[in-house]
Amino acid sequence: MSEKVLMKGNEAIAEAAVMAGCRHYFGYPITPQTEIAAYMSKRMPQVDGVFLQAESEIAAINMVIGVSAAGKRAMTSSSSPGISLKSEGFSYLAGCDLPAFIVNVQRGGPGLGGIQPSQSDYWQATRASGHGDFRKIVLAPASVQEMVSLTFKGFDLADKYRMTVLLLSDGTIGQMMEPVSLEMGDVTKYDKPWAVTGTKGARKPNIVNSLFLLPEVLEQTNIERYERYKSIEKTEVMYEEYMMDDAELCVVAFGIAARVSKNAIKAAREKGIKAGMIRPITLWPFPKDALADAAHRVKAFVSAELSMGQMIDDVELAIRCKRPVILCSRAGGMIPTPENVLAALDEAGKIGG
Amino acid sequence: MNTKQVLFAGFGGQGILFTGKFLAYQGLMSGREVSWLPSYGPEMRGGTANCSVILSDSPIGSPIVSNPDILLAMNLPSLDKYENCTVSGGQIFVDSSLIERKVKRTDVESFYIPATRLASDENLGGLANMIILGKMLRHSGLMRFEEIAPTMAKVVSAKRKNLYELNLKAIELGYNHGE
Repeated sequence: MSEKVLMKGNEAIAEAAVMAGCRHYFGYPITPQTEIAAYMSKRMPQVDGVFLQAESEIAAINMVIGVSAAGKRAMTSSSSPGISLKSEGFSYLAGCDLPAFIVNVQRGGPGLGGIQPSQSDYWQATRASGHGDFRKIVLAPASVQEMVSLTFKGFDLADKYRMTVLLLSDGTIGQMMEPVSLEMGDVTKYDKPWAVTGTKGARKPNIVNSLFLLPEVLEQTNIERYERYKSIEKTEVMYEEYMMDDAELCVVAFGIAARVSKNAIKAAREKGIKAGMIRPITLWPFPKDALADAAHRVKAFVSAELSMGQMIDDVELAIRCKRPVILCSRAGGMIPTPENVLAALDEAGKIGG
Repeated sequence: MNTKQVLFAGFGGQGILFTGKFLAYQGLMSGREVSWLPSYGPEMRGGTANCSVILSDSPIGSPIVSNPDILLAMNLPSLDKYENCTVSGGQIFVDSSLIERKVKRTDVESFYIPATRLASDENLGGLANMIILGKMLRHSGLMRFEEIAPTMAKVVSAKRKNLYELNLKAIELGYNHGE
């Protein structure tokens, strides 16, 4: 095993991106993710890469579109209000079938909101990132180590499926330090015959474009894209099961909420409550089958989130409302305590009897 | 040791985050599970700043310390805020040159060290944080004396020899305080 180092979550994302072969970073500072840009500003020149502080978040995402169209790995990062600004770019990336790696280290909203951690961009990340029919792969790290592994994997998935991968983190995981191993293995290289790299007079020009004025053609691009999404839903779902073997109550939580929930589950077990957790690592594709399967075994679910209740929709959809789902929520930059989750488990135990 | 939850609290600018980082590195070097979580944003620029550090032999769940086993208080608002959250049987370390009152709890061990005054007396301006940390390391048993220098070498880069020596002097001063 390689030697572990202490790193902040945000820095870990940046180093993992470099290891994944990303040599183009475009960003604009915003708390609580500015360490990503700060790290890149030092690191990119060391690897002959490009660090560019753009004039705005919108400029940064459009620079990502340009580099990606040229066949290179590119990324941008921001926090909630800055991600909203990028939404046009997300839609164009999808319409052009371009790979991209985007990071959202969420803070409380709406509006400028606050700067403390939040998960209230769940709907934005998994549903309405921009106009039109499209999906993004959404990854939710719950540790600094996963900031590394999911960033590395995220770049791979983006190239593999020619689409945007969003790393959806929060201020806590972004700011905290934990020991990490940076041992990641080899980077898989993908052929990009579609990339705009100059024809040298030897082939027909490639065009990267999202405008299709003939509805029949546009419909076809959508259908083909959704075929790809279907295969992703079959093969790329990731989740962690924690103490689920004999669980009668199931917490569903991701990111920092999952970390807090682990404490609550341990405390519940000490009280004789058989609680467990399913932690989605991919928020899209959501681990629907794992939850539907758990619905046969558990009495009730608890959805623990740093929002007014967003992921709970996906939990209820996944289990087809077969069991009650209790919401355990804090918003606006507040984090549920283990006691909050434990209280929700108590309530779930009563209702789900 | 199974799990120790430590909360460092004081004003922004007192080096609260660095103090926590030193402890976190020690945990890393001894192969433990470690988490370090700072307060961030405007708080660290003049308001109250705090830092949660957890050292454990098993994987760490929540990195947020709301009930510390050990509290380091470097100003009165921090002692007021966190004294009652400290676990029964825990330890509270107080910078007695900045906090005039005593710890009210009787079910915790209390330690007093005039860290800020010692720092200025010994020409270690700005290193009160390391002095109180030294005191804490001794009385908590979290670090042996001979572990301090190698940890410092990991935290402060060798290029900044002067900083290394001053920090080491401060932490050793606190470690040996009252002996």
